[in-house]
Parts: sequence; C-alpha cells; structure tokens
Amino acid sequence: MTIPVDQILIQTLNGIVTGMILALVASGLTLIFGIMDVVNFAHGELFMLGAYVGTTTMVMSGNFWLSLVVATMTIALLGAAIQVTTLRPLLGRDPLTTILATFGISLVLQNYALWQYGPVPRKILEPFTGHFNFFYLEYPWYRLVIALLSAAIITALYLFLKFGTYGVWIRATTQDRIMAAAMGIPVPAVHTIVFAIGSGMAAASGVLFGPLIGVNHAMGLDWVLKAFIVVVVGGMGNLGGSILASIFVSLLEAYASLVVSPAQAVIVSFVALILTLLFRPTGLFVPTPK
Amino acid sequence: MSPDAAAVATVRAVARPSALGFWVGFAIVLAALIAAPLVLPEFWRRFVTEILIWGLLAMSSDILIGYTGMVSFGHSAFFGLGMYGAAAALLSVKPPNLWLALLYGLVAAAAVAAFVAYFSTRLRDIYFSITTLVFSQIFYVIIFTWTAVTGGENGLTFSRPPLAVPGLFSIPFTPETLHWFVLAVVTASYLILRRIMRSPFGMVLQGIRENEPRTRAIGYHVERYKIVSVMLSGCFAGLAGVLYAVQNKFAAPDFVFFLISGEVVIWNVMGGIGTLVGPVVGAAFFLLLREMFSRFLTEYYLIPVGIIFTAMVIFVPQGLIGFLRRKLNQ
Amino acid sequence: MSATPARTAPLVAVEGIHTYYGKSHILHGVSLEVKTGEVVGLLGRNGVGKSTTLKTIMGLVHPTEGVIQLEGRPITRLPAYRLAKLGIGYVPEDRRIFRLLTVMENLRTGLDRHGVAESRKRELLDKVFQYFPVLAERRNQAGGTLSGGEQQMLAIARAMMLEPKIILLDEPTEGLMPRMVSQIREIVGALHAEGVAILLVEQNVPLTLEASQRVYIMEKGVVRHHAPASDLRHDDAVIHQYLGV
Repeated sequence: MTIPVDQILIQTLNGIVTGMILALVASGLTLIFGIMDVVNFAHGELFMLGAYVGTTTMVMSGNFWLSLVVATMTIALLGAAIQVTTLRPLLGRDPLTTILATFGISLVLQNYALWQYGPVPRKILEPFTGHFNFFYLEYPWYRLVIALLSAAIITALYLFLKFGTYGVWIRATTQDRIMAAAMGIPVPAVHTIVFAIGSGMAAASGVLFGPLIGVNHAMGLDWVLKAFIVVVVGGMGNLGGSILASIFVSLLEAYASLVVSPAQAVIVSFVALILTLLFRPTGLFVPTPK
Repeated sequence: MSPDAAAVATVRAVARPSALGFWVGFAIVLAALIAAPLVLPEFWRRFVTEILIWGLLAMSSDILIGYTGMVSFGHSAFFGLGMYGAAAALLSVKPPNLWLALLYGLVAAAAVAAFVAYFSTRLRDIYFSITTLVFSQIFYVIIFTWTAVTGGENGLTFSRPPLAVPGLFSIPFTPETLHWFVLAVVTASYLILRRIMRSPFGMVLQGIRENEPRTRAIGYHVERYKIVSVMLSGCFAGLAGVLYAVQNKFAAPDFVFFLISGEVVIWNVMGGIGTLVGPVVGAAFFLLLREMFSRFLTEYYLIPVGIIFTAMVIFVPQGLIGFLRRKLNQ
Repeated sequence: MSATPARTAPLVAVEGIHTYYGKSHILHGVSLEVKTGEVVGLLGRNGVGKSTTLKTIMGLVHPTEGVIQLEGRPITRLPAYRLAKLGIGYVPEDRRIFRLLTVMENLRTGLDRHGVAESRKRELLDKVFQYFPVLAERRNQAGGTLSGGEQQMLAIARAMMLEPKIILLDEPTEGLMPRMVSQIREIVGALHAEGVAILLVEQNVPLTLEASQRVYIMEKGVVRHHAPASDLRHDDAVIHQYLGV
C-alpha cells in the first residue's frame, strides 16, 4: 500500500506541531520532577483548565492573546496554591504519596471542570486563519505559529534557567536541595515558584492547542499520559531530552495514524516507552552511564 | 512459674493482638454478610455483592502495593482480562459453563500478569508504576478498537451460567445464591492470601518492601519473589473480574481504563496498605461515599471524594485501618 | 552596679542536643559553645557524631531534645536557609559544591542575597579571588571539573560569600595533599584574623591543635573532654585516650 507523499509531508508538519505543544507540556512536567522529585499527575488537568480559562476569557474579550496571558497567570497561581497546600506537607515523604496526592487532585480538578463547564466541548477560535504554501501544499498559518510560540516559550525558560539570577537558584536547588538551603536559598519558595511556572506552561499549551480540538474536561488525560511517556523516554529531569522525545514520539504517532486509526496510533508511544525502559532506561537521548 | 516469667508472659499476652479476637470479629462479619441478601432490599444486596468483588480486587492489589512495595496502576488490566476471558468462555461454549469461565478468565489474567511480571523485575518504583499504567492503557486501546472480537465500546453481553457440576446437578443462580457464591470465593481468597502473607514467603515480600538491597544481600532471589507476587496478585484480580462478569452479565472496556486502577490504589490507601482487610474496608468506604454523594451531587461525587482522598494521603497516610489500630493501641 | 561586665553570650551555644537518624540515636546530649571570633576544634574518632553535630547546628537535621542559640536567640528548629541568612556558613565533608554550575555560579548562590549592594558584592568576589587565585582562573569552569583541593577551596569561598559570623568546617583537609593542607591552615588563620568564628571538625589533630583556641573531644555522641588547645598540645595521654593516635 503506497501512501501519497503529500500526506506524509502534512503528517510531518502535524507531528512537529503536536510535538512542540507536547514539549511545552512535558517541559513543565520535567522541570517539576527534576527539582522536586514530584510526579505531577494533575499536570493534564492544569492543561485542561488553562484551555477552559482561555475559552471564558475569549468569550469575554474576544482577544486570543489576552486569553493566553490570563490563562497562564491564573493557572500558575492555582498551581502555586496547590503546591503550598498539598505538596509542601509531603516534602521528604515517600514519593508514592506525591503521586497519590496529585492523582487525587487531578480527579477533583477534572470533575470540577465537568461541573463548571458541562460535558459539551467548547471551542477557542483561532486568532487568525489562512494557509501558507509548503511546497505544493497548503498548511494553516496558525499551526506554524503554535510551534514557533511553544519553541519561544521553551527557549525563554532555558535562558531564564541558565542566565537569570533566580535561574541559578533553581538549578542549584535541583542539583542539591540540602546545600542550596545551606547557602540561604529559600528552598520551599523555589519549589512553589517552579510548580507555578510548570503549571503556567501547561495552561499556555492548553490555550494554544485549544483551537485545534474541542476543549473538554477529559482532554487532560491523554496529554498527561503522553507527557509522562515523553519525560521518561527523554530522560527524567532532562529538559533537552524531553523536547527531542516529544517531537520524536509525535512524529511517530503522526505517521502511524496514516496506517491505523488515531485511537490506535497512540500505541506507538506506549511501545516507545517500553522499548526505552528495556534498553535505554535513563532515556533515549541520554548516553547510558557506564 | 517465677514472677519474672509470669510478668513476661502477661506482657506478651497483652501486647500481641489476640488471635481469638480476630477470629471472633471475622465470624461476626461473615455472619452479617451471609445474612445480607436475606434482610437487605435488592439494591443494597447488589451493592454488598459488588463491594465484595471490588474488595477482592483491592486485596489482590494490596499484595503488590502493601506487601511487596510495588505500586501498580495496572490492576484494571488483570481485572479486565479476567472479565473478558470469562465473557469469551460464556459466549463461545454452549451451554455456558461457570468453571470454564473461571478457567478462561484466570488464564487470561495470568498471561497479562506474566507480561507485567517480566517488567517488574527490571524496573524500580516510579518507572514500574508508569509502565503498569501504560500497560492497562495498551489493553484498553486494544479492547476498545478491536470491535470484532471485543465488542469495542459497547462491550459484550452474555447470560449468566448456572452453578453446575457436570453430570451431577445444575442450578441457576438466584440473587441470594449468587451472593453466597461470591462471598464463598472472596472469603476463601482472603483466607488463602492471609495464610500466604503470614508465611515465610510473605515475610520475604515485606522484606523486599522495607529494604530491597538488604533482602537481596541476605541471599533471597528478589526477582523470583517479585514474579510470584505479581502472578498471585494478577490471578486474584482476574478472579474478581470473572466474578464481576458473572454477576453483571456484561464486559466493558471502561473497566480496563487506568482510572479504575487509580481507584483501586485509592481504596488501598484509604483502607490501609499491607493489611489485606484494609483495602476491602477502603473499597467499601469509597463506594459508600460515592453512593451518598451521588444522591446529592449526581455525577460530581468525585469532587468531595477526591478532596477526602487527598486529605487522607496527607494527614492519615496509614489509612483507616492503620488509624484504628493506633487508636486502639493508645 | 557591678564593675566587671557580664559575660557576653557566646556566638553559638549548643546545649543537651539529642539527634537521631531514623532510629539510630547519634547524639546523646551534646553541649558546646563558640565565642565570637574564636576558632574551636571538635575532635573524635570516626562515627562519634562530629558531623552530625555540625549538621544539627546548621538546621539540616533537627534535634529531638536540646537547644541551640545564636547570639542568645534560640534557633533550634529553624530551617537551614534561615540560618544561612542569620550568619552561619557551612562547608560539608565531601565539599558538595554544585557540580553542574560554574565556579562563578557557585559563588553567586551565596552572593545573590537581598540587601547587598553591588559594590559590596564586587568587594567580596575580589577578596575571595585574592585568597584563592586558582578560582579566579577557573571562574567559568563547571564545578565538577575542579580537582579535589580546588573544590575544597570553592566550598569555603562559597560559604564566605554569605559573610557569615561563624563557619562550620567539616574535615576540610580530608584527602588533600600536604601543600593544600597548609593552604587550608592559612585560610583558617585569615578568617580568624577577620573575626569570623570557626567550628572545626578534623581528623588532623596537629593542625586542629595549632589553629584552635579551644578544643572539644567527642566520644559516642557526647563531649567527653574540653580544654584550651595549648594544654592539649603537650597532653599526649588525653590525645591517645580519645583519639588512639
């Protein structure tokens, strides 16, 4: 069975676009895990709530970019609140408890969204329509913008971590939480801020991705699972790795959905995870320590 | 007997939980459960039967989480395969045979368990947990999309087999006898598991949970114990799936979705891991909460239940049973 | 009114500290004190609890009983980052510099505090680079690429960035070449000259006796002996009894 070349090209683009959004979600997740050893099960719900706040703001203001900013800020605050109330008391306890606590939170948030917004999916309108020419095909501008914007946000995060004053604090805390505290770095505050940043990034992804699909209360589930897979495949705590893994996995899935149904294409990412865990457990793109 | 020896004996008798006390409590609960279908209205009778089935699932998961220290989010796969295995037997062989359903279901669950067992020995902690989660999702996707075999989204329906010993007798189940059958199976499972967990084998599992490197250093072949643990856990979870299929006469992919596994973990934690009884209590507690809340809040019962669960993880991590134990010891 | 001034409170006072690691009872009631600007040695065999004492003072481990005071104020269960801001510097055994951060970034973790003027920050950096010229050379190199001795210097320099009133030094000369050891000795002397108090845990007995004013000797989680360093320099019997040297 031959697959037309233009479908392959389109899927390549789609894979990259989805990959960049996934990278944005996964970066937040990997940041949180790297710094706090917290596996944030509720990350998908932060993504979903970000999209919902986006829809509400769009309805009130009609401005997409404003919605993006408002959603990011709101969910960042929500993330900070969650971290302070439920995760701070768990610092130093068995990592299992944070998984359970964030799982509980994800249930609450998911059903809260269902309650507040109802089961009918909502839509965010694209800020601009129109296609551009990619070789001889037409591809929507908006999708290109999503990819670029995601890349920009991730780059900003990277620069902040590498060169910003508080970036040094965050990196020090990631490497050695105890010594960071001994150097006067307020570790609990750093944790809260990092969780807020991760949450904000998830929310931004939700708003950016919103116009591509309907916004509904269950959209977080798929994403959180994929994001986990990507974080493990890319190497836990490894920002660059999770970005590469996001694109890699998304491309594979995009190509796979040419052959099987999209519902089945997700198996590709599962298989990638299992192969990684079997043969390169520290991450596909991370050299295995000798 | 010298005064010292008498003192030691007294202290020992008071400090160790009385075996007699346990069996008395057990007998009382068992009697109540036997009487249940005779006194309760149909809705609640069914509710109790379902608590028993979910309780069995919770117990099976406790073997991994509570005793071996391996948090599995994959129990929905074992349960689901048990359910679908039973469905396969009941649909393909006429007349529908209860024992065949049990066999098919257990074999299917065991096959999945073997798969998971293989991975369990290679991955630690969080990686194991995520992998088990992914596994249950893989099975969910397969079951959901392979409509020809599994009925896809709609699942499979079939009729309930009679309680039969081929050649001797065949009695169709009544609600009461079904309840007692389920009760018998679950009670037997509990007693078997209790025996196993108290044996040297169970002690080694707990050693693995407490301090795996040290258990290995002492000389135990940790991998073999883990594999057996997963197989044991998977088979009993599959058994719960078979019971569910027989009780409800349908199999659906929803039960394979990882959220079910998450709920199982919730029951374990709420009830108290590592106690076998705790998860059953946790399941009952959760289901009762759900029942109560859904009367007032329809579908959004998970909001208060989720909040209660999260609060328990933070403040009462030892679960209800652990909490009671502490209170009684004070 | 009394003609003699009341005895000033010691800079750091530790009284009756009991610390556990899980179920292990490590400190069984440790009491000691360090006066402002003093160099105090803490000696003892391996495993008696010297490092644990430092960690308890630094708030990295919390005692179950006992009181710790800084300039008369109780600080017993404050978190480590507050203590660092209050003026306690910590240089752990095995250095624990931030391996993936550059030398400059390591220093910045202590330097970037609120309320410190840029000019003061530059002064501090200059001072530290004077003491440790090799760090100036390697300022943009990742901490993990430094040699053992250089890492030790970085660990001390990093603590100095906090402008602490007291530095807790845990076995600074361990694993170092003799040349480095004498450099450490000089640093301790220089810090003392600046008025920084030091609580020095060491296995190197002669160095400790030479650098300190007073010495405590620990055994099995308690302080067993306490004397001015000058006394102990010639008291081979005591040294032998507690340290087996």
